[in-house]
Amino acid sequence: MTTTHTQSLPPGPRRHRFRVSRRMLPYLLSLPALLTCIGILIPFLTAVAYSLQRYRLSQPWARQWNWGQNYLNFLSDPAFWNTLKVSVTYALVTVVVELLLGLGIALLLQRRSRLNNFVSIMLLMPLMTAPALAALMWKLMTNPGFGILSYLAGLIGLGDFRWASDPQTAMLTVVIVDVWVYTPFIMILLLAGLRSLPQQPFEAAALDGVPRLFVFWRITLPMLTPFLLTATLFRVIESIQQFDIIYAMTQGGPGDRLTVFQVEAYLNFFQSTNVGRSAALLMILWAITYALSNVFIKNWLRLRERSRGNA
Amino acid sequence: MYEKEKGLVDAFMRGQMSRRGLIRGLGALGVSTATAGVLVNLAATRALAADFDWKKHAGTTVKLLLNKHPYTDAMIANLENFKELTGMDVQYDVFPEDVYFDKVTAALSSGSTEYDAFMTGAYMTWTYGPAGWAEDLNQWIHDPEKTNPLYAWEDMLPGVRKSCAWNGVPGGALGSDDAKQWCIPWGYEQNNLTYNKRVFDANGLSVPTDLDGLVETAARAKAAMGSGYGVGVRGSRSWATIHPGFLSGYASFDQKDLTVGADGKLAAAMNTDVSKEFHRKWVQMIQDSGAPDWSTHTWYQVGTDLGAGKSAMIFDADILGYFMNGPGNAEAGNLAFAPFKANPAAAAPTPNIWIWSLAMSSFSTRKDAAWHFLQWASGPEHGLFGATAMDFVNPVRASVWADGAFRDKLSKSYSGYVEMHDVSAPGASIKFTPQPLFFDLTTEWAATLQKMVAREVPVDEGLDRLAESVNGQLKEAGLG
Repeated sequence: MTTTHTQSLPPGPRRHRFRVSRRMLPYLLSLPALLTCIGILIPFLTAVAYSLQRYRLSQPWARQWNWGQNYLNFLSDPAFWNTLKVSVTYALVTVVVELLLGLGIALLLQRRSRLNNFVSIMLLMPLMTAPALAALMWKLMTNPGFGILSYLAGLIGLGDFRWASDPQTAMLTVVIVDVWVYTPFIMILLLAGLRSLPQQPFEAAALDGVPRLFVFWRITLPMLTPFLLTATLFRVIESIQQFDIIYAMTQGGPGDRLTVFQVEAYLNFFQSTNVGRSAALLMILWAITYALSNVFIKNWLRLRERSRGNA
Repeated sequence: MYEKEKGLVDAFMRGQMSRRGLIRGLGALGVSTATAGVLVNLAATRALAADFDWKKHAGTTVKLLLNKHPYTDAMIANLENFKELTGMDVQYDVFPEDVYFDKVTAALSSGSTEYDAFMTGAYMTWTYGPAGWAEDLNQWIHDPEKTNPLYAWEDMLPGVRKSCAWNGVPGGALGSDDAKQWCIPWGYEQNNLTYNKRVFDANGLSVPTDLDGLVETAARAKAAMGSGYGVGVRGSRSWATIHPGFLSGYASFDQKDLTVGADGKLAAAMNTDVSKEFHRKWVQMIQDSGAPDWSTHTWYQVGTDLGAGKSAMIFDADILGYFMNGPGNAEAGNLAFAPFKANPAAAAPTPNIWIWSLAMSSFSTRKDAAWHFLQWASGPEHGLFGATAMDFVNPVRASVWADGAFRDKLSKSYSGYVEMHDVSAPGASIKFTPQPLFFDLTTEWAATLQKMVAREVPVDEGLDRLAESVNGQLKEAGLG
């Protein structure tokens, strides 16, 4: 037997519907973005203000606005020009090597197979390692006393190869670590790009017996360019802002061989407590990053338009 | 505590028995040295309470910012006694040294009230003091209302105590009459020789007594060892490369980093003829007999290489050798210590020192309570406990160094340590000129040294360039 209980609900509180006027709605919807912008802009503008001051934490009495003096000082400061040179060289070399290697590996792994899928997952491992940890790992591997790489270098007649502790090979060593960590990033991005390309042009080229090299230069590479640009943009921005690998391996040394922007700015703030100079260095780094991003994004948009046939 | 043990400890506390006699007596009753130290410490804590109102801040909690270090471990091991003595609670955050000073700078520069006291090096207070982040502790030390009459401030080794006091005037003498006590010394490191006795004995090497001897012995040791190298010194691109053996040797030749003019202006002084000669020998020593990866060596690599038998000796902090001579190291028991004066004409060693110290945050909202902790942690009882029952080397109090049980403990396992300390302690102090650009100048000095060792720049030219750059920076900062 089934008993049905019917019960009338007690009168609840009257619900007031919150009504938003049509005029307010756009502002409310954009409020989170606005708050985020404010959250970004406050520290950014604070850094801009610091960069325009003579401001050392150890000399608080001497703090004053010196407007562009920190920037003007850079013009005659050989340490700054060295920093610029080292940062640009590092970014350029790492990105070029990583692009070439990443593209090569992606082309090798393009065809879907169990082995290729397994290898591509394995190759992603370095990317999952924190760069600072990777640097420490490489520091151990290149230790002249017990490092496996030093041992292997000895076997091929490079017994006195001093890796990051020699000014001649310090840049090469940190570039190798960077390449080891970040090539998988380029590889996975380009692999995704390669696998998403339409197959018709390739099939047509195969039917016409077009040589593989021609297909690569005339079909694959142009179609892959947006992906290459995206990968380059990310890597250039990150490389020019490199800190962890270089600091963990050499603290910017030997001498001034690896004093990139971030290392120099970090040492200026935390060690020298020269807030003004540190902020000015970071502002210049920001300007470089901004300019590079603009160039890449404009090119990327142009290519996208072209690929849609609007060019 | 059993009656017999209690009787012995009470006799010691009444001054009727020496500490060594007490330890022996307790040993005869089957109490180990470490346990005896703890018993004495408990009794000392009770005795402390009789002379001072330790309970004044009962119920208050102070928070500390600490570096991971054996000094910290010793303090934490004894902390329950402090809590019992004062009725206070103590909280702490401990960070590894790699990030510790960044954390301190971040906490203090933001004006955070989270921490009441913190560990620091004396050099750092040249930033923290003038910036208004650390308190001048003279106001507590010399206030009998706030400081235990048994605190015995004068018991602190004079060179160490004065090295933590500066009047804030760039170039002002450390420990001057108008100096502010920015921090209290807690434990310190002298820079002397620690050598591998096994390697020295096996190869007929004698302990060098001056810089020329060091250069020569290091080269002979390297040749004799086959693998490994002759002498360990720091080499990373950091201020920390300059302050240990390097500056101790440099100061031995009466050389200065900066000179202070009659008008108070500072000028670089590292490109004198004597300095250039010293640098030449130092650079040659590293090129001929230093670690192959010297330019990345921090205190850690210098210490561990010695402990692993890769280097024959180090001219660095004595406590590195102390810890590397302990269990878990390949060369445990083989290390020995010797005082070292680089200049053969010098009367005695004059090591530059690193001082782990305790300072009070200016942003603390419980300053008097924080001082209760600071005076306990830097007091004679805790110093003695740390030195005898833990690895609190080097203590900064003369009374601890005079303690027989402590000396016995060192002499038993650390050959030459006590003698080394006794000989060099009178000349041990900070040899740098206190000024706000300390870290800028010493980091650049280290980078220049790296270039010299890598033969990128000749010594003369490198030092002239360094001096020119330093003078420029001093001028820009209004100091030169």
